[in-house]
Amino acid sequence: MNKGVAITGMGIISAIGNNVAENYDALINEKKGITRVDHIETIQREEIMVGEIKFTNDELIAQLNLSPENNYSRTAMLGVIAAKEAIADAGINDIKKFKTGIVSGTSVGGMDMTEKYYYQYLTEKEPQKYIESHHAGDSTQKIAEQLGIEESLVTTISTACSSAANAIMLGARLIKSGKLDRVVVGGADCLSKFTINGFKTLMILSDTYNTPFDENRKGLNLGEAAAFLVLESDEVIKAENKKVLAYVKGYGNANDAFHQTASSDNGDGATLAMEKALKVAGIKPSEIDYINAHGTATGNNDLSEGRAILRIFGNEMPEFSSTKAFTGHTLAAAGAIEAVYSVLALQNNVIFPNLNFKTPMKEFSMIPQTELKKKELNTVLSNSFGFGGNCSAVIFSKEA
Amino acid sequence: MKKVYINSIASISPQKTFDNTIFLDEIIDYNDTVIFVQDPDYKQYIPPAAARRMAKGIKMGVVASKIAMDEAGIETVDAIITGTGMGCMIDSEKFVSAIIDNNEQYLTPTSFIQSTHNTVAGQIALGMECKAYNFTYVHSAISFEAALLDAKMQLENAEATHILVGGVEELGEHTTKVHRVINHIKPEAVTISEVLNSKTKGAVFSEGTNFFVISNQRRESCYAELVAIETFNTLQKDRVSEAIEAFLKENNLKADDIDVVVFGNNGDVDFDGFYNQLSKGIFSKTQQVFYKHLVGENNTVSAFGVWLASKILKTQSIAEIVKINKINPSKIKTVLCYNQYRGQNHSLVLLKKC
Repeated sequence: MNKGVAITGMGIISAIGNNVAENYDALINEKKGITRVDHIETIQREEIMVGEIKFTNDELIAQLNLSPENNYSRTAMLGVIAAKEAIADAGINDIKKFKTGIVSGTSVGGMDMTEKYYYQYLTEKEPQKYIESHHAGDSTQKIAEQLGIEESLVTTISTACSSAANAIMLGARLIKSGKLDRVVVGGADCLSKFTINGFKTLMILSDTYNTPFDENRKGLNLGEAAAFLVLESDEVIKAENKKVLAYVKGYGNANDAFHQTASSDNGDGATLAMEKALKVAGIKPSEIDYINAHGTATGNNDLSEGRAILRIFGNEMPEFSSTKAFTGHTLAAAGAIEAVYSVLALQNNVIFPNLNFKTPMKEFSMIPQTELKKKELNTVLSNSFGFGGNCSAVIFSKEA
Repeated sequence: MKKVYINSIASISPQKTFDNTIFLDEIIDYNDTVIFVQDPDYKQYIPPAAARRMAKGIKMGVVASKIAMDEAGIETVDAIITGTGMGCMIDSEKFVSAIIDNNEQYLTPTSFIQSTHNTVAGQIALGMECKAYNFTYVHSAISFEAALLDAKMQLENAEATHILVGGVEELGEHTTKVHRVINHIKPEAVTISEVLNSKTKGAVFSEGTNFFVISNQRRESCYAELVAIETFNTLQKDRVSEAIEAFLKENNLKADDIDVVVFGNNGDVDFDGFYNQLSKGIFSKTQQVFYKHLVGENNTVSAFGVWLASKILKTQSIAEIVKINKINPSKIKTVLCYNQYRGQNHSLVLLKKC
């Protein structure tokens, strides 16, 4: 077994809660956060369901105590809320005491403001402050500023829906290589007309509650969220006598190299990613106690991912579930919110239910865990897959 | 820890840099505020039908990656890592404007599909049938350096042998207009000889791409050893010299040991001071070079700085056009690249002769 990287804090905001405790409460009480979209004016409103955080931008600005002149995108504000909770949870009072960086994943970035003021930028002075918040790195730059991270490694990954999983991967590598003592890793994405309409044109949005791994699944619900984990080196853990929540034990990224948006029938990329993660962790498939699947509830993903899981686990299939029915698919943030859920699963020895499942898929006999289940968990595998054939798997463990 | 080498380079820029057998022998002058690349013969590398479907960034990235792979003499890699600050602007603009102009109706998915930041890295993987690690960094002016750092860590730890690393940036028409409005683009056209002393705000915007094969094996084609990379989200002007000296010290070097320093000056009167203080300060006796007058400014143009440093180390020559001062070192062993954009996202890349 190879040694994992310690997780000492986490923070989250999603459609099912504004912090870790609220998210956990919703998960164990089967409270999903899927509704009609309220904060984006879109003609698609009656045709789609989303996982929306029910704060307006003004409410978020007030919560964060930002000046009226601020140019925060919604992605940045959600990110700051989650990152601050993670830092507080890790008991960090002096961010400068150790070399601390941040790696965030986003795909929407500041697109919410760009699509709002696209043409006004050319003629109206007031919205022009948002021009500089369009690029994907801006939200991360702002989170760093809010956390007081200066003169350090601050970067952003955008590999579509695996972005945050990849941020966790880079963070673990940065700690292992000694480049940083401490790193905040995760991701943030807000809802936008851009993604709503983008996924609509791909015809993979469900008009009702999404049903992962169900034969009659109709597609995904988009969601918005942000979540961050604090990773710390063994030296810091020792010096500070830190409580460790769990470990990033293994990770792997591979490319499906099949199609820009669709996954291969046999889930080659997903299989490779899981294999790599197991190898880095130095464990066998039989040692995985629970899989938090990507399970977006699109026809393509669930079939491809299911086959990949079968290829790896065969007859030794652990319980698996997708939590997308609770939160919707939060795109670049998905890997981070599901990392938080994986750690919560480990901490509480509980498997979260795959809601809305009724009929097994005809292609295989895989049945997700549909009810909350108590089980002693030592390792959890979390999958995240994105456009561009990007496939990621991260393994979390109780023991180093 | 294994040593890491730059084994091949490829550059598509506003200069004729796509041919690795020449080195800024012929300079193309511009008199503009936005400049575009000198196109290689894309048909040589991609079928015309496929090329037509690709936005500029994808096309440039795919072709530059092939040039780099060819020069390294390898068929596949253990990872593909790209950096792009602005991503696929052309398709993003197409999709946003279609949403607004048609009130969310009659939309087609193509531009949405290709707007994703990792499209270039994904397309390269698809073309090479490469199922390896595939990452894209999107952090403004350090997007390329983040990619380079990721690759370096994997190579040092022998998790990979050869990695394709690149930066790519395309220009979106609307985004360019919008950046003019906030004075990030120069108000008046400048020629390449005027850029540095233009005394105006903003930069000359550009498109371009630079790819490299970096490995933990030194190959025949080797350009340089990649010694160290450091990035800083913030760095106050008066802290830059100190930060550079600390970085050099970590690598057992002093400012005097640097034979050539590659600066990212873009002629922006508000921000060139970050470099000018070093020209007069810790690097006053060092040969200084710059390149943004030739290739413009974009979020991953600092990769051109690494391209330039690699070329200088391999050829042991420095084109007059890039010289800021005239120290003319007889032997060039160590080169440092320093870049920042609008006072943020600073990067240091240290290279040695291989």
